[in-house]
Amino acid sequence: MRASVIVFPGSNCDRDIAVSLEKTTGKPTQMVWHAETEVPASDLIVVPGGFSYGDYLRVGAMAAKSPVMRDVVAKAHDGTPVLGICNGFQVILEAGLLPGALMRNAGLKYVCKDVHLRVERTDTIFTSAYGNGGVIRIPVGHHDGNYFADTETLDRLEGEGRVAFRYVAPDGGDTDDANPNGSQRNIAGIYDNTGRILGMMPHPERLADPALGGTDGQKMFDSLLAAA
Amino acid sequence: MKARIKVTLKNGVLDPQGKAIEGALGSLGFGGIDEVRQGKYIEVDLAETDAVKARADVEAMCEKLLANTVIENYAIEMEG
Repeated sequence: MRASVIVFPGSNCDRDIAVSLEKTTGKPTQMVWHAETEVPASDLIVVPGGFSYGDYLRVGAMAAKSPVMRDVVAKAHDGTPVLGICNGFQVILEAGLLPGALMRNAGLKYVCKDVHLRVERTDTIFTSAYGNGGVIRIPVGHHDGNYFADTETLDRLEGEGRVAFRYVAPDGGDTDDANPNGSQRNIAGIYDNTGRILGMMPHPERLADPALGGTDGQKMFDSLLAAA
Repeated sequence: MKARIKVTLKNGVLDPQGKAIEGALGSLGFGGIDEVRQGKYIEVDLAETDAVKARADVEAMCEKLLANTVIENYAIEMEG
């Protein structure tokens, strides 16, 4: 599996995700600077977390217009899987690969902690290794993770099985208390209509090694490797 | 020409920052506030002198970058 990670000025999770991918695939990850106009042939493109362009104007807005994103969008439309994590989710929303927007957290505070997620589907290239689904533990770290879309869009996402993860209590209930940022319907991640593009606020690469305190994130990379 | 652009959240979109400002104004003793909404103000100086073309350019800028029309409205005032 050849994986590429896009690097913007202000990205800061690019090396973490590269380490996870290299450990999973046994191959070097291709790091692609934002000013490039082409992404090398890839089986996976990751848009990583961070604070691209200092979050100027709106989170993800400037990065979404950078030269490399034109090719990321083109390759996504041609079927290359794309994973946007945290700021990367914000970027791919702004680039139009997924519907909706990410707004300032309802509590106004930066939230940095482990959260529990319910894996809503295990038949996708990102989640097949999660077996029967259930609840996993993955960290979040963000100020703007409050997922918003109009009611019609939310209903469509749910109807088409495009909610990837929801913030839940450890027992799996999607309560208000389990929602760290005010996201509508506790949505933590969504797919495009092909299931090959995933945007999510939590960071799977931050719990992908026993040394980090957990391995629930690793299964996403195992799933991707199995699908490649 | 100069464009003065106001970007505001659409009605129905929760504005947590506006709510926090509303709460702070209330705690300072300002009464009678129904709602506070926070937005952005952007000025763009343009070389274009034709008002119709300049406005069309600024509208395109708003649609493509300055506003996220999923959650925001924009209003443009042209001057000069």
